[in-house]
Amino acid sequence: MTYVGIIITFVFINNFLLSQFLGLCPFIGVSKNMGPAIGMGFAVIFVMSLASLITWMIYAWILIPLGITYLQTITFILVIAGLVQLVEMAIQKTAPPLYKALGIYLPLITTNCAVLGIALIAVRSNYGAMESFVAGISAGGGFLLVLLLMASIREKLDTEWIPKVFKGEPIAFVTAGLMALAFMAFDKALLRNLIG
Amino acid sequence: MKEPSIIEEFLKGIYRENPIFVIVLGLCPTLAVSTQVVNALGMGAGVIFVLLGSNFFVSLLRNFIPEKIRIPAYIVIIASFVTVVDLFMQAYSPSLSKSLGVFVQLIVVNCIILGRAEAFAKKNTVARSVLDGLGMGVGFTLALILIALIREVLGAGTITLFPMGSFSGVIKIPILVSAPVRVMGLAAGALLVIGYLKAFFNWLDVKGKEKKINSRIRKSQSPQKVSV
Repeated sequence: MTYVGIIITFVFINNFLLSQFLGLCPFIGVSKNMGPAIGMGFAVIFVMSLASLITWMIYAWILIPLGITYLQTITFILVIAGLVQLVEMAIQKTAPPLYKALGIYLPLITTNCAVLGIALIAVRSNYGAMESFVAGISAGGGFLLVLLLMASIREKLDTEWIPKVFKGEPIAFVTAGLMALAFMAFDKALLRNLIG
Repeated sequence: MKEPSIIEEFLKGIYRENPIFVIVLGLCPTLAVSTQVVNALGMGAGVIFVLLGSNFFVSLLRNFIPEKIRIPAYIVIIASFVTVVDLFMQAYSPSLSKSLGVFVQLIVVNCIILGRAEAFAKKNTVARSVLDGLGMGVGFTLALILIALIREVLGAGTITLFPMGSFSGVIKIPILVSAPVRVMGLAAGALLVIGYLKAFFNWLDVKGKEKKINSRIRKSQSPQKVSV
């Protein structure tokens, strides 16, 4: 697959939040306001691109030669946890303003299934090193895009009247569902099936 | 605070602290695998096993694991059990393993499991932690089956279970199978269903509280009536 194909696939067609359901917990959690959403989104892009590249290297250069690919779940999650910690320390030392902006979101990312998800999906799709990296960036980009859309909608929702039982999470899910409907337009084959 | 009884420890995960509808954790696999009831059952079984194993070991080792490196230690414990589930499913139920796909491995980052290790198993006895894991796992599975039932019945007009003997494993619902609401089986339907279900449970909660308050008011009023 060409790089453009990978980018379009992961940003729009297979958007991690709206069609793959990866990374929903932070999505619902931090999409209340614009500021945290931006911070979280960029932190996720950063970690996802690095994680997909590094897990590819470990998979191709260590796990396959040693014949221990069944250990991939354990290895990947430890690598991601270590990477997040390392990135956190590196940013803290080299770029304090950036750390201030992203700092509190970094530890949360370890348990974001989108990061482990992209690493596992890249391995399953037999991507090369560069392809994995591009897939990581674009999946993170798709995450940021939807997170920003959602945050701006939820900021507006705050001033609207909402039935009491729908306040908070339920209305967020319904909004996300309607957004997912809109994102279905990006999949032409699916659209053809629906119309008949 | 009074120590909850052992039965309460088990039951709280099923309704009062249901991981999906009340605490809203572990959503990613919930929504992704709830297209068919059989997937929900498979996923639920996997999560129950991992949750039992991780709660057991975290609680067993709670006095040995240093506070500073507890999260990586928990992750290793959880990841080992997930690998067991993954390999077991690949060997004994390849079709299920295929339809659950990457989500079996993603049980590792399911927030319920790490959440229970951190919030419960690290400060409670082994027996209580196992019960807590079992309750939370069953609660998760029941919620998953509920969502999968709604989505599959509306979205495809079928209920898919395991094939047994002459039973093919698929129950067809007469009218819906010829004209299903296909969107329910897709991503958008999953998000809508969980949104409305959460609202429904909120409504039940509010209703329950109102009932309690009303009965309390009635109780406090009744003696006055007598005196009048």
